[in-house]
Order: sequence, then C-alpha cells, then structure tokens
Amino acid sequence: MRILHYWRAMSGITGRELLRFVKQRERFISALVRPLVWLFVFAAGFRAALGIAITPPYETYILYEVYITPGLLGMIQLFNGMQSSFSMVYDREMGSMRMLMVSPLPRWFLLFSKLLAGTAVSVLQAYVFLVIAWFYDIQAPWAGYGWVFPALMLSGLMLGALGLLLSSFIRQLENFAGVMNFVIFPMFFMSTALYPLWKLKESSEFLHNLALYNPFSQAVELIRFALYGQFNQYAFIYTLVAFIIFMVTAIIGYNPSKGMMTRKGGAG
Amino acid sequence: MNLAPALTVENLSFAYGGKPALTAVGFVVEPGQCAVLLGPNGAGKSTLFSLITRLYDTRQGRIALCGYDIKQQSRQALARLGVVFQQSTLDMDLTVMQNLMYHAKLHGMSGKLAKQRIQDELERLNMFERRFEPVRLLNGGHRRRAEIARALLHEPAVLLLDEPTVGLDVPSRQDLVEHVHQLVQTRQLAVLWASHLIDEIYRQDRIIVLHQGHIKAQGTVDEVLAVTATVSVKDAFYALTQGGQA
Repeated sequence: MRILHYWRAMSGITGRELLRFVKQRERFISALVRPLVWLFVFAAGFRAALGIAITPPYETYILYEVYITPGLLGMIQLFNGMQSSFSMVYDREMGSMRMLMVSPLPRWFLLFSKLLAGTAVSVLQAYVFLVIAWFYDIQAPWAGYGWVFPALMLSGLMLGALGLLLSSFIRQLENFAGVMNFVIFPMFFMSTALYPLWKLKESSEFLHNLALYNPFSQAVELIRFALYGQFNQYAFIYTLVAFIIFMVTAIIGYNPSKGMMTRKGGAG
Repeated sequence: MNLAPALTVENLSFAYGGKPALTAVGFVVEPGQCAVLLGPNGAGKSTLFSLITRLYDTRQGRIALCGYDIKQQSRQALARLGVVFQQSTLDMDLTVMQNLMYHAKLHGMSGKLAKQRIQDELERLNMFERRFEPVRLLNGGHRRRAEIARALLHEPAVLLLDEPTVGLDVPSRQDLVEHVHQLVQTRQLAVLWASHLIDEIYRQDRIIVLHQGHIKAQGTVDEVLAVTATVSVKDAFYALTQGGQA
C-alpha cells in the first residue's frame, strides 16, 4: 500500500506541474522564444564566422545551427531548473511548498518528485523546440529523437537539483536576476553549448578547463550524442554523479534541523 | 482506540540564533476541543505552527499527534494533521477540484475515494457547485472554504488554523467560525486556532495565551477569567499581555 501512496503522490505532483505549465501560456511561450531567438538570430549570424570541423558525433561538416541545437536544449533546461526551484522557495509558491512538506511522506521523496515534475516540464519544452527546429531543417536521425529522451531526463534532473541546492543554501541569490548573472550565464557561456572544446582551447587554456569540468558541458554533450543515436559514457557518468551530489546536498539543505529553513527564521 | 491526546506539546523551546522565540511551552488539545491560541504579534504563534508542521525541527521538547512523535514518527503524525496556513496555498490557475485532487493524491487516496471525499467536504461547505471554477475567480471567503475542505479531505484528527479569517468580510468570518465549531462537535475534531480576534472565541473553547514565547494562561474561558479576575476575555488578554496589542 505504501508503494501505491508514493506512486499517487508522485503522479499528483507531476500532474499538477504539467497542468500549471499548460495553463500559464506566457511561461510556455517565453520558455520557447529564448532558445528560438538564439537559433534564428545568433546562430544564423555566427554561421559565417565559425567553422565547425568534423567532430563526433557528427559525421560530416555541419552548420553552426546544428551544432548549437543541443546547447539550446540544455539552455531550456538550465532556465527551467533554476526558475522552478527558485520560484518554489521565494515566490508566492512558498505556501504550496509548505503544503507539500506537511504531506505524510519523506522529505527526500517529496523533493525528488518536485524535481521530476519540473524536469518533465523542461523535457516537454525541449521536444517542442526540437519540432520547431525540425521545420527549420535541423533534423536529427529519427532514432535520435527517442534516445534523447533519457538524456534530457538526466540533464533536467541534474540542473533542477542544482537549482534546488542553490535555493536552499544561498540567500543572496533571492531574485532571479542574480541567478541569471551568477549561475545561468557563466554556466552557459563556459560550456560546450556554443563552441566545441577544441575551439575554446585555441583561445584560452583556462576557459577550456572551465568548460571541461562544467557539469553543464557534460549534460550538453550527453544530449548531443544521444540526439545522434550515440551514448557518451563519460558525459553520462559525469552528469549522473553531479546529479547525485547536488540532490543529496539539496536534501540536507531542506532538512528542518540542518538547512536554511531554520536559519531563515521568521516573525511571530 | 487511540487514547492519546490529539495534540500534545511538551516543554517546547525554540530560539532563532540566540534569541528565544518559545520557552517551555506545553499544552494538550483533546479530541472534540477547540483551543484558541491568542497572542500579540511576535508572541511565537507562527514559530509554534512552524514547529508543529515540521518547517523547523524541534530541538527541545516534544510534539505528538495522536501519540505519534512528530520527529520520530513523522509520517504517522502528519497523516493525522490538517492545516490551513495564514496565506492561501491554493493554486490560483487551477480549479477547486484540481487543487483538492492534488492534496488527495499527496495523502495517497485512490481516485474514487478522493472524488467521494471531495464531494462530501465541498457539499458541507456549499462549495460543490463551484468545484470547476478556477480559484482565481473565487472571493476570499470561498477560497478559505476550499482550503478548509482540503485540510479535511484525509479526515485528520487535528486541524491547525493559522489566523484563517484574516482578510475576510464579517459574514464570511462568522460562517467560518461557526463551521469550525460545528466540526469540533460533530466529528470530535481537535482544533488549534491561532487568532488575535477575541470575538471568534466561543464560551466552550479553551484559550491558550502566548506572550513573548511564554504561555501566560491556559484553560477554559471561565478558568482564564477566574485566574485573571476579569469579566471578559478582552480584559483577561490585556491583563496577561500587559497591554500588548490584540
């Protein structure tokens, strides 16, 4: 019976998140417009400036738009992960988070379910983006659209867990602009989302190292290879380990005796 | 048959940093009792509610629901707890039904049982015909009713109400006070009601007066009046909190 309870709770949390997402049309549109602007404007502009040599998983010369697509999928998930975690704690959602936390289930399970629900939303966004990209002639092999699903799930979980972790520990980043400046932009630009590693190495060894160890890079590479039907083991393990570390630390952060809830205090 | 009190708070102390918020707080709420927690702003009411709902961890003292320790047996304890927070925790974009269904799932109810329970609770509050309306379109009174219905879906033994009448007009407030007192009588529900509105107290209620983290008095209305040698709850409250704002 207990398993049934867990299952029902998880489906309830995910269902609610998807329902909310569908009902909040502005959120849906803005989540799509951002990567589309990058694809149609930025990538098109850079097409001439950047030549991409043949690197795995690509077997031929590719357009810059093709290279950047997995990075933009990662970007969708990065924004979504940060946004859902931060709104959860600091916005009007604080109340519903309290509601969730008084449910008779272990806290780690509730947090994980919440994370899974946010990831489901980001995967949905990613697929809508892929459909639009397909009409823009960025087409991966058919099987890739299936293989990319588990990759997107794992990368979404990892980035969501990072958001959860940051939201539980860092008080200074209470507004989203702070998160954009100090987390999203550095992670996105210092990664393989926009340029391949070898290209970075040409300009700066330091930048290359940052990008190499940036978990966002590995998430993007995992997505990139999966989209072309290939399994990048290193990226998979790196992303998985990052997810576990972020998740465990976030759970500690939300523990009523150890985490920020106690430190934040309150009136009354 | 569980003979333990519905809610037990024993020798509870809590501090933010070095600043004490609650000091040796203790009381019991039995089934079929409505206990009104009175206290000026900053008395420690919110801290107490945060401890009972496990937002903060209890370090000194003990809280138990129907005999289940909130820290050691939190799942059993929380399954017996219904809460209405001061700020609305309904999802504005979703309908009443969707909000309640979400809560039912968190408590592990099957779809069939959930629908039945939602119908029962909403009908009792004359809200059933509004079940498909988005919460955003409801007025304050109706939102509160939906929250009370939600808090009772899993048939808790204890209902916590954190100033639920704030922002409501007079008729809605009276309806809510009346409804909760009916529940106490008909269902043997134990209620802990944080309030600063003295006219919400019924003669048969218990009163717990909290001031600067200490319990200044507790008992039935008559007992508190006797102890403070006053003739009204208002005077008693004033005497106990030395003019602290109600």
